[in-house]
Amino acid sequence: MTGADSAQAALADAQSRSDHSRREEMWHGLRATFPLMVGALPFGLIFGSLGIAQGFSPLQVMSMSLFVFSGSAQFMAVGLVASKAAIWVIWAATFIINLRHLLYAANLVSHVRHLPQRWRFPLAAMLTDETFAVMDLRYRERGGARYAHWYYLASCIGMWVNWNIWTLIGVLVGQNFPEAKNWGLEFAMVATFIGIVIPGLKTPPLWAAAITAGLVATYFNNLDYKIGLMLGALAGVVVGLVLDLRRRPSNERAGTEKPIDGEPVEARSHG
Amino acid sequence: MAENSISLLILGMALINLVIRYPVYLLADRFRFPALIERALNFVPAAVLTAIIVPAVIYPNGPQAQLDWHNPFLDAAILTVIISYVTRNLLATIVFGMAAFLALRWWFGG
Repeated sequence: MTGADSAQAALADAQSRSDHSRREEMWHGLRATFPLMVGALPFGLIFGSLGIAQGFSPLQVMSMSLFVFSGSAQFMAVGLVASKAAIWVIWAATFIINLRHLLYAANLVSHVRHLPQRWRFPLAAMLTDETFAVMDLRYRERGGARYAHWYYLASCIGMWVNWNIWTLIGVLVGQNFPEAKNWGLEFAMVATFIGIVIPGLKTPPLWAAAITAGLVATYFNNLDYKIGLMLGALAGVVVGLVLDLRRRPSNERAGTEKPIDGEPVEARSHG
Repeated sequence: MAENSISLLILGMALINLVIRYPVYLLADRFRFPALIERALNFVPAAVLTAIIVPAVIYPNGPQAQLDWHNPFLDAAILTVIISYVTRNLLATIVFGMAAFLALRWWFGG
């Protein structure tokens, strides 16, 4: 064997080893995400059939899951359309509900800033509660590796494909069983949101924020365009923040605590 | 809402989600939150989700509040809060919450 040959062989070997570790990262990412995919299953199913029951077309329901890819905002939108909210209110609510994703991105950004934009874009667009939980754990336990972004990508794709499959099945159920409306699905969203909120109420300011938001939103419930929702959310955030500032001095950096401690990462919906 | 305003709604929601999720990665190094905003963001999920839930269970059928024990939404929501507080498990909360709601509605002859 000539020197050039062996160099080439070594290169090919290294190449296949690195491919292998890419595949391995993807496999591990998918495996770590799998329990959360199972957890998202009922919500996809419920969302699909609820959308049909509320009078959305199958194409509309599917395009929400394909392009919006945010369970809590999708549920909220379907509910608000049914209660005749104005389009800008639904957009504003989408923005506020999903602001938490900005926190997730801020948390993970140090692990993706070396990547080109063609990587950063899909990793941002598909960043959900579940994938954040998976990646946060992975980076903390094993740090970043050369192909860690393949792990991240696999988690994203797993969640996205899973969410759309179960939405589609939900759509088919909703179409074939119009009485699905009476299965109590309208309570599903309430139960889901309660299950997300309660475990996250870990400090008195968080409790105060939630209670204030609920009371204010209820008090202003009959205002047009569901403005009560906005007022309630705003009042809750202000009360929570003020109490938090009194509890912890303002010069203490918020980032010194895990910034998402207001949110139960392990007990989140499909996001 | 008309057919094409639903399409507009969905398009807008998709864009809003990108506007929230992408800029931090896009700008990477140049991005830093003011500490106060970061702190306020911690309260957003709990405040928003609760502002959706509470009116939904107190006003289940239109503009008339139903603050009584014959409102299955209200009873089931209270039970669901207790279940969630005890189990801290999302899936168990949904399953038992839904079961409680269906049983209560059947009980009240809904």
